[in-house]
Amino acid sequence: MSTPGAKRSLLPRMNVALVATTGVCLLLYLVAGLRFHQFFSGKVLLDLLNDNAYLGICAVGMTFVILSGGIDLSVGSMIGLVGISSAVLITNMGWHPLPTFLLMLLVGATFGAAHGALVRWFELPPFLVTLAGMFMARGLALVISQESVTVRHPWYSQVADYRLPIGPGMAPPAILLLLTFAVALYLGTYTKFGRNTYAVGGNENSALLMGLPCGATKVWVYVWSGFCSALAGVVHVLALPGGDANAGMGLELDAIAAAVIGGTLLSGGVGHVGGTFFGLIILAVIQTAITFKGNLNSWWIKIAIGLLLLVFILLQRGIQRRAERK
Amino acid sequence: MLRKVPPGVAKLIWPLLALGVVLLYDVFYVPGFFHIEVRDGHLYGSLVDILKNAAPFALLALGMTLVLATKGVDLSVGAVMAVSGAVAAVLVTRQNPPPIGVAFGLALLAALVCGVWNGALVALLDIQPIVATLILMVAGRGIAQLLADGQIITFENKTFAFLDGGFLLGIPVPIFIALAALLIVGALTRMTALGLFIEAVGDNPTASRYAGVPTWLVKMMVYAVCGVCAGVAGLIATSSIKGADASNVGLTYELDAILATVIGGTSLNGGRFFLMGSVLGAVLLQTLTTTIQTSNIKPEYNLVVKAVVIVVVCVLQSEVVRRKLAGLRRGGAQ
Repeated sequence: MSTPGAKRSLLPRMNVALVATTGVCLLLYLVAGLRFHQFFSGKVLLDLLNDNAYLGICAVGMTFVILSGGIDLSVGSMIGLVGISSAVLITNMGWHPLPTFLLMLLVGATFGAAHGALVRWFELPPFLVTLAGMFMARGLALVISQESVTVRHPWYSQVADYRLPIGPGMAPPAILLLLTFAVALYLGTYTKFGRNTYAVGGNENSALLMGLPCGATKVWVYVWSGFCSALAGVVHVLALPGGDANAGMGLELDAIAAAVIGGTLLSGGVGHVGGTFFGLIILAVIQTAITFKGNLNSWWIKIAIGLLLLVFILLQRGIQRRAERK
Repeated sequence: MLRKVPPGVAKLIWPLLALGVVLLYDVFYVPGFFHIEVRDGHLYGSLVDILKNAAPFALLALGMTLVLATKGVDLSVGAVMAVSGAVAAVLVTRQNPPPIGVAFGLALLAALVCGVWNGALVALLDIQPIVATLILMVAGRGIAQLLADGQIITFENKTFAFLDGGFLLGIPVPIFIALAALLIVGALTRMTALGLFIEAVGDNPTASRYAGVPTWLVKMMVYAVCGVCAGVAGLIATSSIKGADASNVGLTYELDAILATVIGGTSLNGGRFFLMGSVLGAVLLQTLTTTIQTSNIKPEYNLVVKAVVIVVVCVLQSEVVRRKLAGLRRGGAQ
């Protein structure tokens, strides 16, 4: 495997999936743009980013977890927990939003650390640990408040109404989404943490034999995912003016779908955060197009996403098989 | 002494202990929890409720147990419940409805097709089970909504309602259905070689293929059985609200089913399975839920308590803790 030939064949293998995703993404966008009036406008594009910002941020954390060979099912309920707790802290307890949001990010990272610790030291399956985390976060959110709480605070409104002067004005959720992707691209490509994540997901035994800190990497991956999902919760609070304990129900699956459509292999080790961005846009375009069409019902979204997942998984499988045969 | 306990029974100790703890709590803090009365020749009471409400979970857990034993997982059971419920409800509300048996048969056939679809993706195309079944989990609910045209289909059908609300010999019907499923699946796996094949495939698929076990067929079968179990659970759930609610029926049940199975001692790493344990796991989860509902604890705590129980049971069952405990025992004997 250490021959230069094998090395070269690995790169195209990753690229084929990425190219396919980008191609489908552009094609969908083009088709939707030609079918629907005004789909090409900057406003629709910005809305696309804005409305799906929290999903995208979760998907970033999810991509890292999947790359490490794990999975994080708790991201959706973390949005509910962060949303309702920050709304209650700001509105009912009179906290300033900034320390509240920082505390929430800390809570998210701590939750992630707990997942990582259980996965690392007790060798429990990630799927089960984060499932418990999902119940825990959703349960705590419901314990805090079952009714949604609106946030009213001058600083908060100022931030939520801020627009970066790009096109018709970019709102904070879209800005945070792009920032998160930028940080994740850097983390995944240029840092030890990123390379360790790929190594652990690719082949844990080899990584261990090479002397890489597998255990620590596993913990950090979940900390990062917990942080991302808490950030997504904050974004959700900014987008909706308020928090709801039931927010983000089932979001974990959309996040996984975005990563998978983006070319990340669920077996770990192969994939790219950039692909996840295009996966996110594909999901977003499908949803927007179906709402644009109007007479198509919402269940078609589910069926379309299911079909798309199938196509991409089969594609990945084909690429993998070809690589194995070599 | 400890060695003489067969592994199947030893695995049951933790869930039984947990169940004992919850029931002990009920003895002291939930008045009337153990009260059972006979009204119109039917049994009523919290304990009967637990068994009745645990039945759909037990059904799902039975199928899930076999899937987990092959080192797979089926995330689509909740969606399959929605599909089978929708098929049955659409058929019985037609202008000239077919006999109820045909409606049930077609609903279960749809569930079987779902299971075989999952099985084909996993066994023939060699796709990871989580991903393969994720497709149907997302799309299945969409298909169910499509069948029901996005409506909640309500019906008035005595036989259909009997499935959940009926009584046989004073005992609720779902309990019989779950017991029958346990017996059938148990007989299939423990009285034939199928159980051994399933464990072999989960333990080492390559070795078992070389040993002549038709790996793909075994995998197809477990997903098919899981689909049918989910179909039956879907019929019960649909019967209990006398309507097919495609977007809500069986929501997050896949997680409960996996949980029940894991609590029952079946490992997510495949190779071993304990059907009795899974059923016990389902009963334990339902006992927790019912306890929270009937005691002074706010229902919001349900999920939190569940999460704590999962973590504690799983940590206790983990290899790491087992090794530590075994070390302690050996240390004590010396």
